[in-house]
Amino acid sequence: MSEVALTGVVRRYGAVTALAGVDLTVPSGLLTAVLGPSGCGKTTLLRCLAGFERLDDGEIHIDGVPIAGSGRHLPAHRRRIAVVPQEGALFPHLSVADNVGYGLGRAARRGDRIEEVLTLVGLAGLGHRMPHQLSGGQQQRVAVARALAPRPSVVLLDEPFSALDAGLRAGLRHDVREALRADGATGVLVTHDQGEALSVADRVVVLRAGRVVQAGTPTAVYREPADEWVAGFVGDAVLLPAVVLDGGTARTCLGDVPVADSAPAGPVTILVRPEQVRLGTGPGTVAATVLRHDFHGHDALVGLRLADGTRVTARILDGGPTVPVGAEVGVTVEGTARVFPTTATSTLISV
Amino acid sequence: MLLAASTAAVVVALLPLTYLALRTAEAGWDRVVDELWTERVALLALRSLALAAVVTAACVLLGVGTAFLVTRTELPGRRFFAVLAALPLAVPTYIAAFAWLSEIRGLAGFWPAALVLTLCSYPYVFLPVAAALRGADPAQEEVSRSLGRSGWQTFTAVTLRQIRPATAAGGLLVALYVLSDFGAVSILRTDTFTRAIFVAFDLGFDRTGALVLASVLVALTVLLLTAETTTRRRGARYARLGGIRRPPARLRLGAARWPAFAALLGVAALALGVPALSLARRLADGVSRPGALAEVAVAAGNSLTVSLSGAALTMLLALPLGLLVARAPNALTTVLDRLVYLAHALPGVVIGLSLIFFGITVAYPLYQTRWLLALAYATLFLPLAVGAVAGAATQSPPGLEEVARSLGRGPLTVLRTVTLPLVLPGIGAGAALVFLTGMKELPATLLLRPTGTDTLATELWTATSVGAYAAAAPYAALLVAISALPTWLLVSRSGLLDKEDRG
Repeated sequence: MSEVALTGVVRRYGAVTALAGVDLTVPSGLLTAVLGPSGCGKTTLLRCLAGFERLDDGEIHIDGVPIAGSGRHLPAHRRRIAVVPQEGALFPHLSVADNVGYGLGRAARRGDRIEEVLTLVGLAGLGHRMPHQLSGGQQQRVAVARALAPRPSVVLLDEPFSALDAGLRAGLRHDVREALRADGATGVLVTHDQGEALSVADRVVVLRAGRVVQAGTPTAVYREPADEWVAGFVGDAVLLPAVVLDGGTARTCLGDVPVADSAPAGPVTILVRPEQVRLGTGPGTVAATVLRHDFHGHDALVGLRLADGTRVTARILDGGPTVPVGAEVGVTVEGTARVFPTTATSTLISV
Repeated sequence: MLLAASTAAVVVALLPLTYLALRTAEAGWDRVVDELWTERVALLALRSLALAAVVTAACVLLGVGTAFLVTRTELPGRRFFAVLAALPLAVPTYIAAFAWLSEIRGLAGFWPAALVLTLCSYPYVFLPVAAALRGADPAQEEVSRSLGRSGWQTFTAVTLRQIRPATAAGGLLVALYVLSDFGAVSILRTDTFTRAIFVAFDLGFDRTGALVLASVLVALTVLLLTAETTTRRRGARYARLGGIRRPPARLRLGAARWPAFAALLGVAALALGVPALSLARRLADGVSRPGALAEVAVAAGNSLTVSLSGAALTMLLALPLGLLVARAPNALTTVLDRLVYLAHALPGVVIGLSLIFFGITVAYPLYQTRWLLALAYATLFLPLAVGAVAGAATQSPPGLEEVARSLGRGPLTVLRTVTLPLVLPGIGAGAALVFLTGMKELPATLLLRPTGTDTLATELWTATSVGAYAAAAPYAALLVAISALPTWLLVSRSGLLDKEDRG
C-alpha cells in the first residue's frame, strides 16, 4: 500500500521523446489506469516505473522516498514493484506454485501465501500444473498471482488482457480487479482500451504524445473531458458549434442546450454524448433524416443529418421505436453539454 | 565485453582464410598466374563445377520428389520413408564411397562419385523442402483451385513457388558440400580441387601449387555463398502471414502408388542398403583380425580427446557470439554472423592446409599438437555452435528476466534461477553436436593430426587407401553409429516424425 508520485518524468530514445514531462500520482490501494493510443508512451512509463529504463529527467517517489531521478536509479529488484507483462511471461521451467512463489522468501514459500493468492485469482489447487498445461486466461491469472504474492508496493499490469479473446477478457478483468482489491494492492493498468479503463479502474490517467492530458475518476473523464481529443478518445462524441447565451444556455443547431459551466458568452464548441440525443416528435424537436442504423443488440447507434447538413449520432436502447434509414425524425438534446473554447479545427467533428 | 569476445571469435574463425590470402600474395603475382593458367587448373575447375552441378540437379530432383510424395500424397508407409530419406546424413561420404568400392572393386571416376555424393546429400534438399511443404499455407492452393486452375497448374504455379526458397537453399547447400567434399572424391579417384590440393601438398610437397588451388576453391565457395545469402534474403518474402496452420489435403496416387513406393524403396536401398550390407559383410572379418579391437579402441580414444578439445574451444568462442546475435541483433552482429558462416563453407582441406602453414611459421608451439586441430574444428563448426547458442538464448527472452527482477531477485539470482535453467539444455545439445561432428571430420584431421595420433576417420582412410577393406570396416561402423545421433536429433526436430494430420 503505497503512493507513487512522478514529477516531470522525461524519457527519450535518440531523437524520439517517449515521455515529455509526466506528472502523475498513483493513490495507495487503488487501481489507476493509464489510457492512451498506441505510441503515446504508456509502456515506456511503465518500464520507467519498474526500473527497466532510466529517466532522462524528472523524479519518481514511493511514499516520499525517491527511487529514480537526479542521478539515482534504484535497480528493478529493489523497488518492490511487480509487473504482469502482456503475454504473462510465466517461467516455463517452473510449476504454477513455483512461479507464484518465485518472489517469496524461503519461509514464506512454505507458508500458505501461494495457495492464498492462487485462490484470489480463482486457481486454487492448480499449483502442481506446468504453465504449458494452462489456457491463455489461466496463464494470465497465474502471472497476476505471481505479482501479488510478495505483497509489492505496486503491481504494474501491461495490457494484460489484450491477447485474450473478448468473452474471456471481461470475466478476467473483473476477477483481477477483485483480487487486487481483496489484497489491498496498489495497481497501475496500462491499456489502450477505453472500455477496459473506464470499467475497472478507480482512476483514469489519459496519456497523449508523452504527456498527461487528464487525470480523474472514470466518470469525470467521461463526463468532463479536458479537451475535444479526450472527449473523442474515451467515448463516442458529438461535437457541435454553438454560441453561449446569457444564463447558462448554448444555442446550437439542435436547439438551445443547457451548459454546465458558467461559460463566457460567445462562440464555442459543445460536446454532447450520443446517449443524450433523443429521438421523438413534438414541440422543440429539430427535424433530421436517418442516414444509418448500426444495431449492437443492447443498443443501436443512429446516424442523422439535420436540415442544415450537420451530422449527429444518437444512441437508442433496444426496445424503442424502430427508425428505418431515410425516415424523418425529430431530435432533442437531454441534459447539459460540455463547453470547449472554439478552435480552428473543431467546427464539425462527429466520432 | 560481449562484443569484444565476439569479435575475437570471428577473428579466430577467419584466421585460416586471412592466412591463406597472405601466403598466396607472398608467392608473388607472376608465380600465381603461372600456376593458375594451366590446362590442369582449367580441367580441375570444370570437373569440380560439373560434379557440383550434376549432384545438385540430381539432389533437387530426388529431394523435391521424395518430399512431395512423403508430405502430400497417400503413399503407403510415408512416415517410414520420411525417416529413411533423412538417414543418409548419418553416412559420411567417405564411408559411402568406401562401401561402394569394397563391393565393386575398381569403382572410380566422375559418375560413381556423382552417384555416391547424390545419395549422401539429397537429404539437404529433402529436409528443408519437406518442412516447407508441411508449413506452406494450403489455403493458397485452395484459392488457386477455386479460381479455376487444375491440380497440375496449381502445383506448378503455387506449390512449387512456395517451396522455391527452400529448394534453392537446399540445392546451394548441396553444391557447397560437393565442392568441399574430400573423402568420396579421393576414395573414388576423381580429380577435383580438394583432392588436387591434398595430393599437391601431401605427396608433391608443392606448397605454392596447393595454396593457389586452395585460393581458387575459396573463390568458388564465396561465389556460391553469395548466391545462398541472396536466396535466403528473398526467402523472407515468402514468410507466412499469420493464420491457423492446417494440414493440406493429400493427393490420391491411385495406380501410381506402387511404382512410387518401389522408387523410394530403390533409392533407400542404394543410399542405405549398400553401405549397411557392405559394412555387415566386412565387419566380422575386420573384428576377428588379431589386435583389431585394441587398435580400434586406441583410435576411438584419440577421436574422443581430439573432438572434446575441439568442442570445448568451439563452445568457448561460440558463447559470446551466439548470445550477442540473439540478444542484440543489429547490423554489426549480422556481419559477424555472416563472416563465421563464410569460414564454415570453406573446405576442411583448405582450413587444414592454411593452419599447417600458420602453425609452422607463426605459432610453432601449436604445430603438431591437438590444439591446432582443435582450432581447425572451431573454425569449421563455429556456425553450428553459434546457431545452437542463439537458439538456446531465445528460450529465455529478456521479458522473463525483467519479471524476475521486478519480483525482487538480483541479477545473479535471476541468472541462476531463470536464465541458466532455460538456456543450458540448448547449449549442451550444441556442444554434443559439435563433438559428434568433429568425430567424423576427415580432411583437416588428416592434415593436422599430430604424427602418430590416428583417429577413427584417419584409420579408415589409411586402411581404405591400401585396399584393406575388412580392416576399415570396424572404424566405418563406429563412425556411422556416431553420426546417427546428430542425424536423429535433426530428424526429430524437423517435425517429420510428428503425428500427421493434426489440428
